[in-house]
Amino acid sequence: MSVLFPLVVAALLFAIGVYGVLARRNAVLVLMGVELMLNAVNLNLVAFDAYLRDVVHSGQVLTLFVIAIAAAEIGLGLAIVLMVFRSHRHIDVDRLRELSDSAAADEAIARDAGTPTCAPGSGA
Amino acid sequence: MTAIEVLFGLLGLVVVGSALLVVTTTKLVHAALWLVVTLGALAGCYLLLAAEFVAWVQVLIYVGAVVVLLLFALMLTRAPTGAEAAATTGNRPLAAVVAALVAGALVATLVAGFTGVRIDLDHTLVGSAGSTGTAIFTSWVLPFEVLSVLLLAALIGAIVLSRSSSPTLARGGPTPIGPSQGHPVPNAERSGDDQ
Repeated sequence: MSVLFPLVVAALLFAIGVYGVLARRNAVLVLMGVELMLNAVNLNLVAFDAYLRDVVHSGQVLTLFVIAIAAAEIGLGLAIVLMVFRSHRHIDVDRLRELSDSAAADEAIARDAGTPTCAPGSGA
Repeated sequence: MTAIEVLFGLLGLVVVGSALLVVTTTKLVHAALWLVVTLGALAGCYLLLAAEFVAWVQVLIYVGAVVVLLLFALMLTRAPTGAEAAATTGNRPLAAVVAALVAGALVATLVAGFTGVRIDLDHTLVGSAGSTGTAIFTSWVLPFEVLSVLLLAALIGAIVLSRSSSPTLARGGPTPIGPSQGHPVPNAERSGDDQ
């Protein structure tokens, strides 16, 4: 089998993951884009393991390691998403602007907070 | 084209097509279910590439655990089950351009570098549970142990973060953003965000 088959599929999958991370509004769907990118890397590793006929199975073992790291990442990521949902009542990444530097974002945060006691904290 | 190439091409089409649906569908739960199709077809690709153990781990961990975790997260964040018009951000065209550039650059590089290179699947080492386990517990013991500590730390961190009455939050006084439930979202806010 030509080595281009898995490599091109992995490259396209990675690009689709990039699009998902950049274009999605919901934080959980952004995490799905990250998963697609990690899987593209896994496919590359497995393909090169088969191509190089590695005796210590570097590619497949590293794939297992990446799967474990992806599990850790998705666990922590979803915990953070749930924390954001608990404090903001939404997980829309476009409206999470506490770290933005523009004055418009500060006003939006002040409006989002609703109560005047929170306004000085958001400006600091 | 050999039979295995045809099979891999079909599985690749399934992978890419369902991945496109994952990132474009407007129904959030459907995105998670299309992710199942993508990951399952990828497991088939691993089987064709003689990575048997990795394929079953993929089915167990990704299809079995990660997707269920994502579905639970969608449920806990009260994601709408119907179609959501605003599923993508306003910079969607820019994201499409960036993704197309990434795909173009990667595919052009790979085609330039690997045209005519073939995987000899008849003589490759099958990654069965026995051979993969031998490789992990002889050549890769130290990374394996470090990774298990990392996974443990990450999961303890996830538990600490997701406890409902987190002591750090209770002690930290007022949260930076006040509770906005019951606060009607004004329309002016949405238009302000778009600027």
